[in-house]
Amino acid sequence: MKKEKTEVLYGLYDDEEQLMKAVAHARESHLDIMEVYTPFPVHGLDPILGLKESRLHIAGFVYGAIGTLTAFLFMTWVFTRDWPIIFGGKPYWSVPAFIPITFELTVLFASIGMVVTFYTICGMGPGVQNPILDDRITDDKFCIAFEADGFDEEELSRHRSFLSQSGASVVNAKTL
Amino acid sequence: MSAIVSPIRTPLINGGKSYHDITEDLCRATERTPNVYWVIGFLVSVGLLGFGVFCILWTIWFGIGTWDLNRTINWGWDITNFVWWIGIGHAGTLISAILLIFRQKWRTGVNRAAEAMTIFAVMCAGLFPLIHMGRIWLAIFIFPYPNTRGPLWVNFNSPLLWDVFAISTYFTVSLLFWYTGLVPDFATVRDRAKGLRKRFYSFVAFGWTGKAKHWQRWESLSLVLAGLATPLVLSVHTIVSFDFATSVIPGWHTTIFPPYFVAGAIFSGFAMVLTLMIITRKVLGIEEYITINHIESMNKVILLTGSIVGVAYLTELFIAWYSGYIYEQFAFYNRALGPYWWAYWGMMGCNVISPQFFWSKKLRRSISMTFFLSIVVNIGMWFERFVIIATTLARDYLPSSWSWYVPSWVEIGIFIGTIGLFFTLYLIFTRVAPVVAIAEVKSILKTAGDQYLGDSAKHAPHYEFYDEKKPVTAEH
Repeated sequence: MKKEKTEVLYGLYDDEEQLMKAVAHARESHLDIMEVYTPFPVHGLDPILGLKESRLHIAGFVYGAIGTLTAFLFMTWVFTRDWPIIFGGKPYWSVPAFIPITFELTVLFASIGMVVTFYTICGMGPGVQNPILDDRITDDKFCIAFEADGFDEEELSRHRSFLSQSGASVVNAKTL
Repeated sequence: MSAIVSPIRTPLINGGKSYHDITEDLCRATERTPNVYWVIGFLVSVGLLGFGVFCILWTIWFGIGTWDLNRTINWGWDITNFVWWIGIGHAGTLISAILLIFRQKWRTGVNRAAEAMTIFAVMCAGLFPLIHMGRIWLAIFIFPYPNTRGPLWVNFNSPLLWDVFAISTYFTVSLLFWYTGLVPDFATVRDRAKGLRKRFYSFVAFGWTGKAKHWQRWESLSLVLAGLATPLVLSVHTIVSFDFATSVIPGWHTTIFPPYFVAGAIFSGFAMVLTLMIITRKVLGIEEYITINHIESMNKVILLTGSIVGVAYLTELFIAWYSGYIYEQFAFYNRALGPYWWAYWGMMGCNVISPQFFWSKKLRRSISMTFFLSIVVNIGMWFERFVIIATTLARDYLPSSWSWYVPSWVEIGIFIGTIGLFFTLYLIFTRVAPVVAIAEVKSILKTAGDQYLGDSAKHAPHYEFYDEKKPVTAEH
């Protein structure tokens, strides 16, 4: 989350197929894409963009495992060590009875943990304001953005012509 | 992007929509002032809710004696309503989670509203365990927190406590799943809004920008939450069924309860979703997104789960006879011919007979028939819970304990209040948030929209016939 201002050169496309061809073309031409923005998840875009797979599900698994252990070990401690009580003639360590709560807490920890992690690593949260390049991105436009800090005339025009030739209906520059 | 799509699939989005049309159509309800139907519905709901709040306060002030429960029938309308509402809530999670895992694209038309319905239904349900305890100011006792009374812990072996964890978890996970899906749609509304609305939607959109990496994580999160929510929904209603199944009461102590309750929950939940969707699509003018195909698919689920429930009823009767256990046999004799026979036959008629109409394709695709039957199913499922709870308790082992139960006005008022709460929250939801999942509908436009499929195809999808020998490259 950079605080200093960056120059951004971006192009807006009307169709996701155009976008994907443009992204592939940009990678071939060794143009360094800063970000791609879309109004909905575009399947097939991630490998073209070279995005590595998210490891969020691994975090989810770890949180879930913490939930399982917390629930099971806590109930075990309460009913075998801290205050054992005989319920209906059942043994103190009544594992089958512990299963429902163990399962619920697994799911609860995994869900809360994953959601909080997701917002944190994406830099989002209640009231957070992230810079928006264009209001139409969440409507129907697809965006490729290049970081244009310190670009000279030649670089700027190279990127601009790439954007317009690959089908961008709007090409613009902004300081974020 | 290429997709192998059959051109004869029925379209899920009608009207030849573009991405911008989808945004416009689905944001419209949050941007215009509500129409007269919304206002009337809202005033009525708030009125019912107000009466319900009054009855709840009356209960808390004067005690559980204001309800007409007794030592024999110690669970009546309170627990009936609790299980009814929880059951209704299950359809939302099923639509979002299980249909996501099964890659059913039609879920995108209804999942947002169905999940909202789940959250509101669980809120209504959760009221009953809270107020039926009597001393609601000691409700914190049901949670295992360190205290100076020993520390005195809760009974982890009791299904009533499993319920506490199950309902709390179910509410939390449903809320998180629903909100995760809402964030990109709130961003869409934010970017169209001005002034105070823009400030509000900026806050609730959490700073969503639409970066590809964020979408990737969003999809991963949605898939894992769906994978977690699926066993969760199955476990929650199983645990609710354990409130009865782990007892010794004839008619309750049976292993059929977990699958039977889960099927019944899905059955009644889909019926409520249909009731709401039929009204919503008409009032908000979004029939092109919640199409007859969506309604037909939901009716097929109702047919399936209704048949399972019907088979479960017959199984119970058979096993009661086959077991030779006189108390079990009497339990069912009493249900059918005892003092509450009208509830039993109402239940049978509503739940067993009504879903069978959906074998007919014409009736499956008829809006009026669907609406009527969805209400019948909800009434029938309420009676099912009433039959299981009150009629069974009225006639258990000891004849000298046999009793009779009629709800007091306070109990009826609380139930009416929860209906008011549910519709109040739902109407507020339709005003504040997009009722259909905008981003998800856009993502299926090209593979399921009417201008890309079938006879009306104006733009043929870029699909390729599958060639095993061709290596998969980045272009796919």
